[in-house]
Amino acid sequence: MRASTRLLLTAATALSLALGASAGFAAGEQYVPLPTYRVGPYASSGTLWWAGTIDYFRYVNEVEGGIDGVKIRYEEFETEWNTDRIVEVYERTKHGKDGSPVAFFFTHSTPASYALIEKAAADRIPLIDPAGGRTESTDGTVFPYAFPLLFNYYSQASTGINYIAQREGGLDKLKGKKIVTVYHDSPYGRETQPAVALLAQRYGFENIQIPVADPGNEQSPQWRRVREAKPDWVFVRTWGVSTPVAIRTAQRFGIPADRLIGDVWAGSEADVIPAGAAAKGYQALAPYPGGADFEIHRRLKKNIIDTGKSDLRDVKNFGSVYYNIGLVNAALAVEALRTGHRKFGNRPLNGEEGRWAFEHLVIDDARLQQIGFKSLLQPLSITPKDHEGGGAARIQQWDGSRWVLKTDWIQADRNQLRPLIEAKSAAYAQEKSLAPRQGE
Amino acid sequence: MPNQPASPLDPRWAAAPAGAPIQFVAAFPHARPAFAAAALVLAPSLLGEYWINAVLVPFLVLSLAGIGLNLLTGYAGQTSLGSGGFMAVGAFATYGFLLRTELSFPLALLAGGIVAALVGLVFGLPSAKIKGFYLMVTSLAAQFFLEWLFLKVPWFSNSGSSGTISAPHLNVFGWDAGTPAGKYYLVLACVAALTWTATQLVRSQTGRDWLAIRDMDTAAAVIGIRVTAQKILAFAVSSFYLGVAGALWAFAYLGSAGVQSFGLSRSFQIIFIITIGGLSSISGCFFGAAFISLLPLLLDFVSQTLFAGTLDAGLLQNAQKFIFGVLIIAFLIKEPEGIARLVARLRTRLSAWPLRF
Repeated sequence: MRASTRLLLTAATALSLALGASAGFAAGEQYVPLPTYRVGPYASSGTLWWAGTIDYFRYVNEVEGGIDGVKIRYEEFETEWNTDRIVEVYERTKHGKDGSPVAFFFTHSTPASYALIEKAAADRIPLIDPAGGRTESTDGTVFPYAFPLLFNYYSQASTGINYIAQREGGLDKLKGKKIVTVYHDSPYGRETQPAVALLAQRYGFENIQIPVADPGNEQSPQWRRVREAKPDWVFVRTWGVSTPVAIRTAQRFGIPADRLIGDVWAGSEADVIPAGAAAKGYQALAPYPGGADFEIHRRLKKNIIDTGKSDLRDVKNFGSVYYNIGLVNAALAVEALRTGHRKFGNRPLNGEEGRWAFEHLVIDDARLQQIGFKSLLQPLSITPKDHEGGGAARIQQWDGSRWVLKTDWIQADRNQLRPLIEAKSAAYAQEKSLAPRQGE
Repeated sequence: MPNQPASPLDPRWAAAPAGAPIQFVAAFPHARPAFAAAALVLAPSLLGEYWINAVLVPFLVLSLAGIGLNLLTGYAGQTSLGSGGFMAVGAFATYGFLLRTELSFPLALLAGGIVAALVGLVFGLPSAKIKGFYLMVTSLAAQFFLEWLFLKVPWFSNSGSSGTISAPHLNVFGWDAGTPAGKYYLVLACVAALTWTATQLVRSQTGRDWLAIRDMDTAAAVIGIRVTAQKILAFAVSSFYLGVAGALWAFAYLGSAGVQSFGLSRSFQIIFIITIGGLSSISGCFFGAAFISLLPLLLDFVSQTLFAGTLDAGLLQNAQKFIFGVLIIAFLIKEPEGIARLVARLRTRLSAWPLRF
């Protein structure tokens, strides 16, 4: 009893000290909560990803003096990429901190985007989940507070098909081709199916879908089926450990690596290095290309990496695909806030203003040049109706030691896919009895 | 797992009615429950939205799921790793009723629970023949099968993208329960009603039969208990509770959910809740759920405010896991029968205070 009382007292003291210590926020700062995952099954990607985001925020704060003078006050919350924890962090931070408001919330998790979509709409906080999220939330008239920026799942399918067409010498050459998709049997893996089915019908190629059950560390039966199909091209839509296993198994069944096209989440160093020599020639969609030769990397190297301010534990990962994802996502947020400042003045924005800012975000070539993201980020323009804005990716190829960019931006056929998205968002609106918002 | 006999001499039972000093209890027999009820009912006006949405609601729902599994494992002695799967059945079935019929939410919830109970009944059938580890494996199969089913057949999620479901409307007989306070009261009402039912159930003939089966099913059969029927009933009742908890988790807490919200890790979480809280104890489920869901938040909060910026965030999180693990082990060594037992002992001691016994 007595020992436990003492323990309780100690804990209480620690807590009160902690409460006292937390005041340290200046008004005039933009609060940005970051639901990180440096621990748990996805730590290897999360550590690099968030390092990229944090490094860019540090760069903006320290070198550029904040966004139009407004400093970013980010705070990390470890979630292990666990949806429950991300929801909890969202609830904890949505009112901002010490008077500095929240303008947006990075989810970086498709399940969390789903879980938060209604809460965020009610709380008026934009959810930012670039190259992920709920595909139909591209339709901003039904989902005003969800932003699957850059590259939604349907665009991934379409860009892949367009790249194949480019290699085959035109969309008309797709007729009669066999395109196999080996996918992770999860909501993520299935998400592109309606889009591929539509495109198969349109262009007359044969669409063969082969699932791999999670976690996918044994794929001989699947690749035997691929072999039997004698495909012209194979989409690899796996995730985590199933990607290197897919690449190696493909080699065992005699399918050349340069006929494999990985999707966004099967195209990082972590996906190819474990596959060893089998991965040489493997290609992947890259809305976020890898490499450290872009202008922004030069600036970061000088100001953040070489000064020891980087969040990276191992500087070797500077310029890795995941690190670059973090950079690009941070830049999108920073540019959106800048857009907002032009309308609302140079001050921290709240969620509603954040939505306006994201919905009027335009990043053109000139701007990309200025911020040093030329070739790393595609030009994009978000509107209240279109919350994706980009829909293009480059193709990168693994040469055995690094990713080499093979093409310029390949645009998805977004007009063709828009009816699919609108049908789904209309179904959602009907289910929820929502009246679609009229454009502003 | 179940090691104490179902005997009226069990010290926990003797301690149960004590609680506060005897005169006080005699004078105000309902003081304590009334106080707790008042605190829970007033919570939305006293606490911020964060506490309601992110702390109390998940805590209550997990407690309910804990009760569901405890009825099966703690009382009837049948092991199960399929809790997550049954929660998914409840969630998807409730969604189906909301979507395809005009039922209001409570009725859809009830219907969803009944569907979960039927599914539980089917997966409870093997318990007639096998026990212990083997039964656990069949329940594991149930878990995997159910996850696969909801993922594979788009009909269950109304072909929603990513197989995710979200509640079309939370209307409780015409009253809109979509607000944070509304959802909280909805959860509170369900949990209160089902907890009361569970306490009555375990004291009824059925509950006694379950305890007898748990302690030794051969002996139970000898004294005339219909062992197979009772075991399967336990599966059905347990699945009903889990199903309701799953639906509340999806619609009152998250707002939308997919199969991944009800994976195997959820099953384990619920097993931890009842092991830490105390097997064969209804109140233990609440203690266990509090321990599982609130302690990580507390640790996170303390480390966040004390060490933010000074230590590596990943290290902090690992340290939290370490502390959490050590606490669980230390705690189960000190009190293998769970928090419920600890609290009961503390109560008897306090009622005899300052004397030691």
